[in-house]
Amino acid sequence: MSRIGWIRIAVLVIAIGLLEFCCRVGLIDHRVVIPPSQMADALIALLISGQANDQIVRTFGIVILAALISVVAGFALGLVIHALPRVRQSLDPFFATYYAVPIFIFYPVLIVIFGLSVVPIVLMGVATAIVAMIIATLNGLDRVPQVLTKVARVHRMGTIATALLLKLPAAAPHLFTGVKLAVSYAFIGVIASEFILAPAGLGRVISDAYSDFNNRQMYALMLLLIIVATAVNMALHVVDQRWAERRGIAKP
Amino acid sequence: MTARDEDIHASLSGVTRIYPGAAGTPPVHALGPIDLELKRGEFFAVVGPSGCGKSTLLEVLAGLQQPTAGTVTFEGRPVSGKVSDGIGVVFQEDASFPWLTVWDNAAFGLRRVGVAAAEIRRRVDDALAFMGLTDFARSYPAQLSGGMRQRVCISRTLVLQPRLILLDEPFGALDAQTRLLMGDEVLRLWRRTGATILLITHALDEAAMLADRIGAMSARPGRFLDIVVTGWPRERDSKIVSEAGFAEITGRLWDDLRGESIKSLGHSGVMAG
Repeated sequence: MSRIGWIRIAVLVIAIGLLEFCCRVGLIDHRVVIPPSQMADALIALLISGQANDQIVRTFGIVILAALISVVAGFALGLVIHALPRVRQSLDPFFATYYAVPIFIFYPVLIVIFGLSVVPIVLMGVATAIVAMIIATLNGLDRVPQVLTKVARVHRMGTIATALLLKLPAAAPHLFTGVKLAVSYAFIGVIASEFILAPAGLGRVISDAYSDFNNRQMYALMLLLIIVATAVNMALHVVDQRWAERRGIAKP
Repeated sequence: MTARDEDIHASLSGVTRIYPGAAGTPPVHALGPIDLELKRGEFFAVVGPSGCGKSTLLEVLAGLQQPTAGTVTFEGRPVSGKVSDGIGVVFQEDASFPWLTVWDNAAFGLRRVGVAAAEIRRRVDDALAFMGLTDFARSYPAQLSGGMRQRVCISRTLVLQPRLILLDEPFGALDAQTRLLMGDEVLRLWRRTGATILLITHALDEAAMLADRIGAMSARPGRFLDIVVTGWPRERDSKIVSEAGFAEITGRLWDDLRGESIKSLGHSGVMAG
């Protein structure tokens, strides 16, 4: 592991150790935060008991679905918008300000339309994630060297073959940034929606545990979400780094 | 078809290219009218000042651009807005595919047209060996120098066995020594394939070393001012740069182009004297 990697781990260990110490000696009230070791203990017990398995499967299933829809539809829309410069010009201001709007204000509207089901939650996940993918696609396509378009014509490639065989791989580093963001935003959109109002799901269970002062369960599930979200992001980061190295792109 | 017609591999007749002006700006007359006949198997170089329409000429001949007026033919058939089978183009910019290995880069065009795997392997291995890239077959372009990446692009063109190869300043981004050596490789390629080559270059020495005939173009709109016949034997390499005739050719080209280059700089009043 690199020196930076070791420093990163050291910072994490120190932060967790500090929190453990403060909780153990009573500097932080255990009714507010329980020690990280107890969070881990509670999480292991929860996973072994299988008590939250349905909720875990449901929430991560929705996150995966929302992320997939966002990535596929975001890429397709990005391609179409990129091919229509006037449409893009008119949409650019909306993209630029999209994340300045609190998207969750539309959640009640979606519940009214679709009922208290999985659909509004998936849509909220998609709504938070898709624009990141569209923007990444547009950025990626903007950076496809013009000469590749000429190469495509020399090889007598049609529009679809050019998009799939040349533009897509050429734009891939930027698209992958979009995928990473879309997955993260899908997590946020889904968990937050469940937290606000949902019949089930990890967000709902955390919210219930919070209302019932059930700190062990609340922190156990929060820890689970942090671990999964971080692991997914790190895995995507590793893939991104390997691709970037192969293509000679320096990434921090 | 007469024997003379068969000898003409590609031609431009009265070709003009005018780019429509962007909002509020006048149209740009980039090229022509130009007449040119490329003989089968000859090496023709085009030199001229920056912005004189050299690359436009190449793209019109390739079928990448439609001429505003005039006709372009390749092997007796008209070329109009589509690249004909049998034409290969190597661009100045790095056009290698960074996501593919050197081998896969070279195989790209063959896979596209559905050539059998064994034939792809034979042609790609042969092209990479010819371009000195065998040891780098599994490398990615990012692991290679600029000159080697350009050789990857030439290999990708070579495997398709083009009969007309268009080179658009392919060594423009390389240092002088590497350019000379790359020139030797292009000459080897030309002799081996028997293809007709049109080379666009801004380097007079490169044109003088490589070509059978050199077209010197005027400042925009580009027209041929002079066609210089070098008279070199087919078996030649970069050693000819030390021959007396070489200096004569570059001198004549510079005489043709000096005034045009000044014009293209917009300094005619200051520097012409």
